[in-house]
Amino acid sequence: MTESISTQAAVAPVRRRNRMSAHETRMAFLFLLPSLLGFIAFMLFPIVASLVISFTNWQLISAPSFIGFANYQRLFTLDPAFYTVLGNTLFFTAEYLVLNIIVSLGLAVWISGLKRGQRWFRVIFFLPTFTPSIAASVVWLLIFTPGGFMDLVFQTLSLHVPNLLLDPRLAMQAVIIVTLWANAGYNMVLFNAALDLVPQSYLDAAKIDGANAWDRFWKIRLPLISPTVFFGTVMTAITSLQVFDQIYVITRGGPGSATATLGFAIYQNGFSNYQMGYASALAWVMFLIIMALTALQFWFQRKWVHYDS
Amino acid sequence: MTADTRPRRKQRHPGLTLALDILNHGGLTIVALVFLFPFFWMVSNAVRGNAEVLAVPPRLLPTEWQWGNFVEAWLHLPFGRFFLNSAIVAGSVTAITIVVSSLAAYAFARLRFPGRDGIFVAYLGTLMIPQVMLVIPLFLIINQLGWVNTYQGMILPMAFSSFGAFLLRQFFLSIPRELEEAALIDGASRLRILISIIIPLSLPAIGLLALFTFIGQWNNFLWPLIVVHGMDYATLPLGLTMFQTEQGTSWNYIMAGAAISMLPGLVLAIVLQQVIYKGIAMGAGFGGR
Repeated sequence: MTESISTQAAVAPVRRRNRMSAHETRMAFLFLLPSLLGFIAFMLFPIVASLVISFTNWQLISAPSFIGFANYQRLFTLDPAFYTVLGNTLFFTAEYLVLNIIVSLGLAVWISGLKRGQRWFRVIFFLPTFTPSIAASVVWLLIFTPGGFMDLVFQTLSLHVPNLLLDPRLAMQAVIIVTLWANAGYNMVLFNAALDLVPQSYLDAAKIDGANAWDRFWKIRLPLISPTVFFGTVMTAITSLQVFDQIYVITRGGPGSATATLGFAIYQNGFSNYQMGYASALAWVMFLIIMALTALQFWFQRKWVHYDS
Repeated sequence: MTADTRPRRKQRHPGLTLALDILNHGGLTIVALVFLFPFFWMVSNAVRGNAEVLAVPPRLLPTEWQWGNFVEAWLHLPFGRFFLNSAIVAGSVTAITIVVSSLAAYAFARLRFPGRDGIFVAYLGTLMIPQVMLVIPLFLIINQLGWVNTYQGMILPMAFSSFGAFLLRQFFLSIPRELEEAALIDGASRLRILISIIIPLSLPAIGLLALFTFIGQWNNFLWPLIVVHGMDYATLPLGLTMFQTEQGTSWNYIMAGAAISMLPGLVLAIVLQQVIYKGIAMGAGFGGR
């Protein structure tokens, strides 16, 4: 591809070549300008501003003043709610991430074994992922409401489970159920597509050698799709650390603060209490956790992800 | 399928294969029905009287099917207005994203200029930034501009996706350069080449970017929640949360509103299922959830 350009350049005098590349730079600048302006105004500047605000006590109405690390100090040493919120977030992420991968991978494998109807099952499990999370949450709120359908199911099955939304130990499970329903279909499609690419001849060969379905999954299919599973796991971890919509609608962080997560706490501090400085400090803690977890996953992938050379 | 002539270690009885097949489909059908239940529950509760929604124990089907609840929710709550706002915001963000991303992606893929790779890496680096971190300074900017409760305030901060530029760049790079070289020698401008050669060849990727941007914005909640006050500019997800706190929540209307808000996504997911499947496989949706 660069050959024809270089032959052209060899014929043309050097000065013309310089003029051409100056022209190209100017063109590139014009092409990039709208995107770059938006990127600077709505991404780069806010990131820097967020860090600066986290070192102030800005409360919208009063003029902000610089208070150094006081917000971070308050987080880690003074605010008793912080560790609850942090614990809730990590608990949600850990349980949801594991269940998401089990459900989505399980369904993907199950569906991929079908000769007929694969497409339709896939679209049914995918449907919730294209619906607004708020709409899904409102519907599930009705299902979980005391005396509602979920309680009826528990009663009918003679399970002595208290109402999920009223019990501080179970409320997070309600949030996890909704999130799974709303989102697991996405990874299911991702993994299903990867499984479709595993060559049938590999599986046939293993079958002839006497490998059963269980071995074929763990020794052939999973290693072959492990880069995709890794990608799905990393992305799901990043989004689940930010969980907010479902909690805003279904539990408002309650009962008590049993389901208050980092995302919810940032919103509350920033937009209910207008403590922009403190909320920004919380947001940076979230960002650092996201980066740390992602780095950890990249480090850990060496142990289980197989890439073709 | 071609006939398998290799010796099989174990030949299954055809009856057993059929039984396993039925078991497989039966099991999956049950799981699928569980997945579909919330949709059924939503519609079933949308078309009954409000007192009946809260009846204990709940009834599976309404005693009287009040389809008029949808009209009521559309006209009076007013989900019709919310629908319009959602369409304006999601449509505008999508249109701007496509134009801006195509231009930027062409520069990244085809033009040489100082700092190109550095800028591209900066774009990629922001993909991990949590939205909740950005909304605080974004709100302060929009507030300064006096754009709270305006369409431009809802649209512009969401319309410059570094992911869009990344996705289209990858696709543009897969187009052979030879196709545009003849046009370049004939003196066609870069913009002309982008519009009449590159974009027509990239319609699958651009369509996917449009689809996922539109759905993402249609479903977006956090930014409208922060930048909109009152009903005039509320989008559907925001509208759904507005009737929760009022005394005597009208659950039937909220369910009707939820159904209205889900409709475009469900239709797109069903009609474009093959496109979405291929798109997710190539990473167009960016992400896991």
